[in-house]
Amino acid sequence: MVYIDKEACKGCGICISVCPKNILAFTKDLNQRGVPYPMMIDESKCILCRNCMIYCPDFAVVVKKDDK
Amino acid sequence: METKMNHPLQKYFRGAINYTTCPGCGNGIISQAILWAIEELAMDFNKFAFVSGIGCSGWIPSPSYNTDVLHVTHGRAIAFATGLKLATPDMKVIVTAGDGDTSAIGGNHFIHACRRNIGLTMICVNNQIYGMTGGQVAPSTPYDSKTTTTPYGSIERPFDLSQIAISAGATMVARWTTFQARQLRKSIAKAILHPGFSFIEVISQCPVQYGKVIGKRNDAVDMLMDYKNRSISIKKARELSSDELKNKIIVGEFIENKEIPELTQEIKRLRKEALSRCQK
Amino acid sequence: MTNNSKIHKTDFLQGNIACAEGAIMAGCKFFAGYPITPASEIAHHLSKRMFEVDGTFIQTEDEIAAVANIIGASWGGAKSMTATSGPGISLMQENIGLAVATETPCVIINVQRGAPSTGSPSVHLQGDILQSKFGSQGDYQVIALAPASPQEMFDFTIKAFNLAEQFRTPVFILSDSLVGHMREKVAFPLQEELVISERKKLDHYQGIHQKIFLDEDVAPMPIFGKGLKANITGSTHKEDGFRNVSDPKIMDHAIKKLTNKILKHKKEIIEINEYETDDAEVVIFSYGLTSRAVLETVRKARRSGIKVGSFRPITVWPFPEEEVEKLSRKVKIIIVCENNLGQLFPFVKSAACEHCKVISLPPKILGTLYDPEEIFEKAKEVI
Repeated sequence: MVYIDKEACKGCGICISVCPKNILAFTKDLNQRGVPYPMMIDESKCILCRNCMIYCPDFAVVVKKDDK
Repeated sequence: METKMNHPLQKYFRGAINYTTCPGCGNGIISQAILWAIEELAMDFNKFAFVSGIGCSGWIPSPSYNTDVLHVTHGRAIAFATGLKLATPDMKVIVTAGDGDTSAIGGNHFIHACRRNIGLTMICVNNQIYGMTGGQVAPSTPYDSKTTTTPYGSIERPFDLSQIAISAGATMVARWTTFQARQLRKSIAKAILHPGFSFIEVISQCPVQYGKVIGKRNDAVDMLMDYKNRSISIKKARELSSDELKNKIIVGEFIENKEIPELTQEIKRLRKEALSRCQK
Repeated sequence: MTNNSKIHKTDFLQGNIACAEGAIMAGCKFFAGYPITPASEIAHHLSKRMFEVDGTFIQTEDEIAAVANIIGASWGGAKSMTATSGPGISLMQENIGLAVATETPCVIINVQRGAPSTGSPSVHLQGDILQSKFGSQGDYQVIALAPASPQEMFDFTIKAFNLAEQFRTPVFILSDSLVGHMREKVAFPLQEELVISERKKLDHYQGIHQKIFLDEDVAPMPIFGKGLKANITGSTHKEDGFRNVSDPKIMDHAIKKLTNKILKHKKEIIEINEYETDDAEVVIFSYGLTSRAVLETVRKARRSGIKVGSFRPITVWPFPEEEVEKLSRKVKIIIVCENNLGQLFPFVKSAACEHCKVISLPPKILGTLYDPEEIFEKAKEVI
C-alpha cells in the first residue's frame, strides 16, 4: 500500500514520474500549501518497487506491504 | 490512502521530518539515499557525525539528523571534519556540501583531503549553481550559462569535480545523479565502509535557480528525466569520442583503492614510533 | 622534557618552545598549524611531542584549515591549539567567529610580527591586539593574555587552556617575535602541582531541546561520539542549538547571553600585575613585551625617589575597564606604553574617564624598543 502524507507533499510530481506502472496521479484537490498532491489510481497494478517512496524529496510517501 | 504512516527513516530525524527545500529539490532524494544506506548497513547512528557547509545541501543533516551534526563556515566543512575525525577516529564522519562550497571557496580543503586520504565520506551535492544565494554562477556551471552573475553567459569552463578528486588522490570516487537513487545509496554504503577519503558527487536538480538557467524553472521532473537521458556509464563513455560525450553525464564508480593508508591509521603509527623512540 | 619526576626541572628555553611545553602540560592533545615566521618553532616542536603524548599533529594546507581543524577536534573532545602570526590570524577570523558562536574551547597562539601585510616577519610588534577582539564579524568577547617572557609563554599557555575550558571560548596568547624567540630560564611545575580545568560536559542525552548553549554560567558541552546528538551551527541559534534567524527576541537574547558569559565572569578572568602603584603619581600602563622595559623604569624611578608604578594587564581582553578606572582615581597620569600606534590607548583613556590624564609615549612601532631610560624621562617630565 502507498501512503501519501498530503500535507507534507509539495506537489513536485517526482513520484508520479518515477512510477514504472504509471499508477500515481495528481488529485484535483489542493493541500494546505495550495499545491496538488498525488494519489494511487490503481492499487492492483502496484509492484511495491518503492520508487515513489525513495524519490520523494519530502519523505511524504511511505510504501508498506499490506499484511493480508 | 491518506492515513498518516510513519516513514521508515523517521528514527533518523530529530523531530518531524520537515525539509524546507524548494519543491522537487534533489536534496531530499540524496538524504534518503544516505539514510537508506545507513539503515541497510545496520550501523549505530550515534556513531555517525555529519559536518556540513553553507548552502542548501548544508541543511541535509543540520539540524534534522538525530545524531551529532556540525554546521560550519562556507567551504570549510572538510577542514572541520578532518579535525573531528582525527580526534574521534572511530566515528563515521560524513560531509555534505555543495559544488560551490566544495570547489570554489573550499577547493583547497577538498584537494588536500583527497591527498591526505582522511577517512571521511564526502557527499558533494552538485546542482551546478549557487542556489541558496540566488542563482549565481558556480565553478561547475556549464560554459555560456546565463546566471544572475553572468547575464551575458558565463565565460569560464566548468570543473569536473570527480576528475579533480581522482587527480588529487581520492581513493574512492563515484558520481551519480539523483535519478540513480539506488546506485547512489549503494555507493554511499560502500563509501561509509571505505577506510580512506571517499568522494561521491551527485548531480542534483535545483528546479528554482538552475532550472531557471536552463529554461526548466520549477520543473523538477523534467530535470530528473534529463539526467536519466544524459547519463552514461563509465564503461560506455570509454567508447565515445569527446564530441559524443559533450553534454553527457558520466556516472558510476570511478575508483576504489583500499591500499593507501588512511590518515588516522598513520597517526596511530606515528604515535607508536614516537613512543618507541622515547623508550630507547 | 615533560616533568614526570618529582624534581622541579628548569630549562633554558626559547619562548615558542616554552609555549609548546606549556600546552602539553595543560593537556593539549591536538595541534594543527601552518608554517609562519615567527611561530613555526611551536609547530616544529609539537610535530614531535604531540605523538609522544598520544596526541595528534597536523600541518594543514592553510591557516583557515588550521583553526577549523582545532575546532573540529575540540568537538571531538580534544584540547586543541594552533599557533600563527598576524597574517594567519587575519585568515582565521571567520572561523574564530564560529568558535565564539559555537562556544568551542580552543587556544590560539599569535606570535605577532611586523605589519601591515607581509610586513616584517621576524620583527616584534604588538600589532594584533585589536584584531584579536574585533577581527571577526559582529560583537563578541574573547579572552587574550599577553606574556612577556618564555616563563610566561609557558605559564600563560596553561592559563589559556584552563580559561578556554572554563568558559568554552577561544583564548589568545598575544606574544610577539621577540618574546617568542628569546631564550630564558623556564621552571617547570610538577604535573600534580598544576590545576588543570576541564570543560563542563553534557553527560547524557536530554532530549531535542537540551540546553547546550547560551548559559551565562557556561552550558555543558555535548562532545561528539557519545550519543549526545549535538546540534551545532554557526547560525544564530537558541539554547538547544536550533537556529533562529527571524525572531528578534531570540536573536537579541543569543548575542547578550553569549557576551555575558565572559563579561559576567570578568573578575575570575582578568588578571593584573600591579607594581608600586599604591602611592604612585605616574603609572605606566603596558602589557606583554613592553612591560619588561616598564618594570625596569619603575625600579629606576623608585631608586631616584620618583613615585612611578606599573599597571600591567596579563589579560588584555576582556579589557580591565573597572581596574583602570579605579587606578585613574588615585593617580595623576597614566602613560600608555605599547609597541604599536596606540591600540589599547583609547580603551585606557576611555576607562580613565577624565579622572586623570592619559598620555602615550611617542610611538615605538616597528623594530625598536622602548628604553627604560626614555620612559623614565617622560615620567619625570609629566610628574
